[in-house]
Amino acid sequence: MERSAGEPETDRPVVTADVAPPGVVVEEATSAPQTRIGRFAIPTASLRAYTMLFALVLIWIFFQWATISEQHPYGLFLGAVNFSKLLQQMAVTGVLATGMLMVIVAGQIDLSVGAVAGFAGVVAATWQDYGLVPSLSAAVLVGLLIGATQGALVAYANIPAFIVTLGGLLAWRGAVLGYSEGNTIPVVLPVFKSLGRDFVAPPVGIALGVAAIAAIAWINVRRNQARRRHNLTAAGTGVTALRIILPALLVVGFVLLMNSQGGVPIPVIVLLAVAIVGAFLTERTTFGRYLYAIGGNPDAARLSGISLRKHILAAFCVMGVVAGIASLLHTARVGSATPDAGNLMELDAIAACVIGGTSLMGGRGTVFGAVVGALIMASLDNGMSLLDVESYIQNIVKGAVLVAAVGFDMLGRRRG
Amino acid sequence: MTATNGAALLEMRNITKTFPGVRALDGVSFDLRAGELHALVGENGAGKSTLMKVLGGVYPHGSYGGEIFVDGKPQRFGGVREAERAGIAVIFQELSLVREMTIGENIFLGREPRRFGVVRREELYSRATRLLENLRLAVDPRTPIGELGIGQQQLVEIAKALSQEARILVLDEPTAALANAEVETLFRILRDLRARGVGMIYISHKLDEVFRMSDRITVLRDGRTVGTDKTTDLDERRVIARMVGREVGDIFPQADHTRGQVVFEARDVTVEDPNVRGKLLVKRVSFRVRAGEVLGVAGLMGAGRSDLLMGVFGAHAGRTGGEVFIDGARTHITRPADAIRKGLGFVTEDRKRFGLLLDQTILNNMTLAGLSKLSGRFLTDEDAETAAGERAMVDLRIKANSVLTVAGTLSGGNQQKVVLAKWLLTNPRVLFLDEPTRGIDVGAKQEIYREINRLAREGLAIVLVSSELPEVLGLSDRVLVLHEGRVTGEFTRADATPEKVMACATGHTQERAA
Repeated sequence: MERSAGEPETDRPVVTADVAPPGVVVEEATSAPQTRIGRFAIPTASLRAYTMLFALVLIWIFFQWATISEQHPYGLFLGAVNFSKLLQQMAVTGVLATGMLMVIVAGQIDLSVGAVAGFAGVVAATWQDYGLVPSLSAAVLVGLLIGATQGALVAYANIPAFIVTLGGLLAWRGAVLGYSEGNTIPVVLPVFKSLGRDFVAPPVGIALGVAAIAAIAWINVRRNQARRRHNLTAAGTGVTALRIILPALLVVGFVLLMNSQGGVPIPVIVLLAVAIVGAFLTERTTFGRYLYAIGGNPDAARLSGISLRKHILAAFCVMGVVAGIASLLHTARVGSATPDAGNLMELDAIAACVIGGTSLMGGRGTVFGAVVGALIMASLDNGMSLLDVESYIQNIVKGAVLVAAVGFDMLGRRRG
Repeated sequence: MTATNGAALLEMRNITKTFPGVRALDGVSFDLRAGELHALVGENGAGKSTLMKVLGGVYPHGSYGGEIFVDGKPQRFGGVREAERAGIAVIFQELSLVREMTIGENIFLGREPRRFGVVRREELYSRATRLLENLRLAVDPRTPIGELGIGQQQLVEIAKALSQEARILVLDEPTAALANAEVETLFRILRDLRARGVGMIYISHKLDEVFRMSDRITVLRDGRTVGTDKTTDLDERRVIARMVGREVGDIFPQADHTRGQVVFEARDVTVEDPNVRGKLLVKRVSFRVRAGEVLGVAGLMGAGRSDLLMGVFGAHAGRTGGEVFIDGARTHITRPADAIRKGLGFVTEDRKRFGLLLDQTILNNMTLAGLSKLSGRFLTDEDAETAAGERAMVDLRIKANSVLTVAGTLSGGNQQKVVLAKWLLTNPRVLFLDEPTRGIDVGAKQEIYREINRLAREGLAIVLVSSELPEVLGLSDRVLVLHEGRVTGEFTRADATPEKVMACATGHTQERAA
């Protein structure tokens, strides 16, 4: 019960039917999911994402320092080549985490995504005979259909998501084995293959970067116009300029770093696209707003006229599509569809969400946080591999980080 | 045990209990003799349950002021267990039985007869059988609780109390969920217990039962004892007068609303109990509201007031019957979304459970119900929302740093205003208010009252449910009184006196009350 952690349980009238003497519940100490830093009150949900961003930087600095050697006097970890590899490694988890976030925010869970991704990958690899477009769209369609089926069972048949998707995990794993007959199916279509391991040409990267900067500028300007139209105070020229220039510098730096070793990797572009769409869905649409409401307080959401069923079904559909996309990235990266592909991926995705500040109780979490969570996990993997840490220790460390991330968060909330 | 009538079995002296900002009990004294049934009555919130929680050890020694004596010996209960050991058993209205376990297991839960840590099932069930026989309850103690009706479950609770050799038995609204035949069984058992010297504290809103069963009656009001007298020295009218007692102060801004057309009408609304098939919580209730009118709905806890509103609003899908008319046209409302589309708004009771997203900002809370009207159907328009939210902050005088403050950090009064704002942003024509001022301070109450009057002046049709009688009487143009799911009275503002309304709320029909 994460929510009760902040509330003092003592001396509060236990509510039985006759109680709640009017006035008695008055002004009781409310849970305060806000943390004050100086004079800024930051919602704790985003605070965890920022704390994790800070932790990420520490992890990077550590690995950078630990990988200093004669060949790499400044460290190997954040060098263009390794950094690019790191981002490629996180792409699949990051994509899945974006979908998982929406499911978890709505108070649900999806344990089947790894198996679904495995199955969709096998279908895509098998369907290469029909051509590129049928092959790729088959994976996405398979994901969507499975997501819709499982979502319908959760939303309309009222079977708990944990059960439906646990059953799905077993069933789709079985389906992978059956469909592939236990064989590894190689990826032969060049475009499919390049999806997982190639780079866009440097000029294309620059063009995309310019487009991104233009979009950032356009959004800021439009935003200010809209605020003025509603008689709200709009940001001044200076602030607006900063809001455009700082992200622009990040984009420029990123593109230049990637171009210095061949270009921006395609999986990273796919991840960014999925994450941007995910952030847009959760933050700028009624669909996203309703997911938070449903996960945060289903009774209040229902009484506010929100259809719980429709939106939970939709969340699972999005998750399915995302699992289809992830299956393509993974299959392409490995170069073949294997019967055990996607094993345990669901847990990586859930861990990424949780590390990034998502509450498994629903109602809290951001796509940004989930992607940062995925980046932390990938950084630990990559860094420890560079240092030749044995794989069993890697697992122990990742497990400890997951528990510690939530533990620190609970500690902070109790104090606050 | 023999009935030692007369000696004080229990004495509570000068009990005071405060919650932050409120004095729930203010120097209450109460005593109970062996072999006596002592009724405790009072309005909702008078302090009855708080007093019983002090007695039962729910509020441990040190969290309240005053003294408790059992058999003349001072007691300091650190918890429920210690109170039980002193022979006190409290049976709350919501039963505390584990549905999946058997009768016997429930009776001895946590006190199973055992040897070397192993539960001795034969002894457990044979003792349970004897207890059930005592209560003339002819069921196998191996039956799971879930298979019993509410009435039998209640008797199991009593058996559990007796198994602890309770000499002081507290019954909180024991007949609320019972059918008539079950009530008779319960009463027979209570008389048996009385004959065996058990002292009983009986809390009930049903005055006829109180007069039938009790030896003495204590009335509580606003956390104080108004009086304790022998039942034979009292009549219902005097008890009611003691219960209401208070003057309707001038805290209610008088407002004469000019009434328009009937906007909303409900006919023969029934709502079924979700747990007991066939049992009706609301029984064929009809009402209508005009534009600019405030219809008050009075009644005691369990009268079905909230269920009536929930049912009409489409929140009790599948167990609501009756017809709804808006502007005279028959309308079908099967989900809250329908109700909202037809112009209904519903400030629900218990804002934390049904009203707010405590983790989210004021703004996200305010725009939740009217989001698709404020924004596009799919894209949200943050700026339009912010503008509307900031206007509502000013209009309703919500005290917070900004619309981005997290709702859970606000005071009760401001939280309630956020919920109100949420519904006003849907542009409703009919607004249901269920306990809109529960648990908020006096200042915020005043502001909510002013807002209710303003909305009525602007032509909204308002249905106001409140447990605070002065509030209903002070704000409403008309008052509807419910008792056990049925309308027992309807008064105009001029006719409605606290005594008449309370008489109807305790089960009298209007004719007798008038």
